[in-house]
Amino acid sequence: MERIVEILPELNHAFLETLIMVGISLTIALILGLPIGILLYVTSQNNFLQNKTLKTVFGVIVNLVRSVPFIILMVFLFPVTQILLGSTIGPYAASVSLSVAAIPFYARIVEAAARDIDKGVIEAAIATGASPWLIIKDIILPETKPGLISGLTITAISLIGYSAMAGTIGGGGIGDLAVRYGYYRYDDTVMFTTVIVLVVLVQFIQYLGDYISKAVDKR
Amino acid sequence: MIKVEQLNKVFHLKTGDVIGVEDVSFEVDAGEIFGIVGYSGAGKSTLLRCLNLLERPSSGSIYINDTDLLELPQKELREARQSIGMIFQGFYLVSSKTVYENVSFALKAAGVPKQEWKERVTELLRLVGLEDKVDQFPAQLSGGQKQRVSIARALANNPSVLLCDEATSALDPNTTQSILNLLQKINRELGITIVLITHEMEVVKKICDRCAVMEDGRIVEQASTYKIFSQPKNELTQKFIATVLDINLPDKLRKECTGTVVQLKFIDGLASDSVVSDMLQNNQVTGNILHGKVDYIKDVPLGVFIMELKGTQKEVDQAIDYLYKRLKHVEVIQHGTHR
Ligand SMILES: Nc1ncnc2c1ncn2[C@@H]1O[C@H](COP(=O)(O)OP(=O)(O)O)[C@@H](O)[C@H]1O
Ligand SMILES: [Mg+2]
Repeated sequence: MERIVEILPELNHAFLETLIMVGISLTIALILGLPIGILLYVTSQNNFLQNKTLKTVFGVIVNLVRSVPFIILMVFLFPVTQILLGSTIGPYAASVSLSVAAIPFYARIVEAAARDIDKGVIEAAIATGASPWLIIKDIILPETKPGLISGLTITAISLIGYSAMAGTIGGGGIGDLAVRYGYYRYDDTVMFTTVIVLVVLVQFIQYLGDYISKAVDKR
Repeated sequence: MIKVEQLNKVFHLKTGDVIGVEDVSFEVDAGEIFGIVGYSGAGKSTLLRCLNLLERPSSGSIYINDTDLLELPQKELREARQSIGMIFQGFYLVSSKTVYENVSFALKAAGVPKQEWKERVTELLRLVGLEDKVDQFPAQLSGGQKQRVSIARALANNPSVLLCDEATSALDPNTTQSILNLLQKINRELGITIVLITHEMEVVKKICDRCAVMEDGRIVEQASTYKIFSQPKNELTQKFIATVLDINLPDKLRKECTGTVVQLKFIDGLASDSVVSDMLQNNQVTGNILHGKVDYIKDVPLGVFIMELKGTQKEVDQAIDYLYKRLKHVEVIQHGTHR
């Protein structure tokens, strides 16, 4: 118990770093992954902005990034991070590679959620003479809202896992704390505490995500 | 109003070409209700979807209000679509939007200023009888109510045409009747031309002025609804008619008949005429009605009767001649067995 109190400031710091990493990359995943996911959907075959070239280009990029294991992606992106932020250490630096991993991850979730919309609903909108932009904004986005939110939940939880990995190679955060104390110094108390913190965090995000997703679902 | 010429639609699939619509031509006059019937897979939906270019035809032309739809650039096509409403079997309302938002979406699509929405939506919901459901979500509505909302959405921008793809096929008989009544009201009061497709002859019988029968992508017969019902030419059409106008004598009963069995068709209001009693008075035969039915096709009666005539061969022949002169639609189903 005393040990926990002892490391509390450090735990606090690590927790904050994890939140920064997850928060930044989740935001960027939302800002970029959402439009890419919608683009993948609307350009798909027989859809209203069908475009094979665009669909293929974005599809291949998304698949490429998604097929690289995160830890390798991170090392691979060190030079880019260095140029962007002038450093490869710390939660902000880690956010770069976390974002790059999260964007295609979320994009695919968005695409899948959009594909769940009944094709007829889109066609009924086309039949009213609505423009593609209006259909995206007023039909596709509201109709996928529950899916977009539960997708964000899944992405956030995956990011917590990734951020722990990122932590071990200089990203900081809870993963870093666990490895430093638990792995190198055999400090079981710290190890346990970090695990519990992570479990609670994940549970909380899942609960919150489910709650909001359900609240906006009118089906 | 609507003019379709030599329309073809071929779907190119990996597994080969599938014909959706083949060499279809027809015209629909302003203010008409035009029905297209056929079994599932006949190409009805594909044809209807070509009328607002949800489906692009492979060849042919489509004129609506004298505008060649296939010539229109994207933006003009969207404007043209605002004057072509469409409703579907599956309603296809936006589940995350309220009734109000579902209807006002069409106004938004047409660029109607926001301050005019409320009045227009209220007016439309009153027309379809759903004023009290403005703030409900589609999941809270019954099938018939959903179809009413989709009708309100389709009529939002004062279209001149309403396309209905099996609009009543997912509804129970009572609700079907009320939706058909609504469509008829829209047609009569707002003068909107309606093209509807269905596999139910009942629907055609109730509200269509003219109709076309489709099979394997082609129109095999088209005529006024009354003509289709009273004098179907194509075999498929006859099959469809039989679903509503079936009048078959049970085999057992027919075998017991010794006289000549004839079927009489009373077309165009003749159902109330005194042909049969005149015939009996003028000929030395006895008549026995075995089966009969009078149906009303859009308020015009169509009667079918099966009679057994007894008497000498000569008298029976004379009686049939007499009937033929008066009715034109007399068919001997079974010749007499006596003498
Ligand atoms: N999008 C499509 N892709 C491929 N084939 C289609 C498509 N839509 C319709 N068809 C085919 O075209 C034919 C006519 O279908 P449809 O117009 O839906 O018939 P109906 O509405 O009369 O039941 C069918 O053989 C169907 O399989
Ligand atoms: Mg169909």
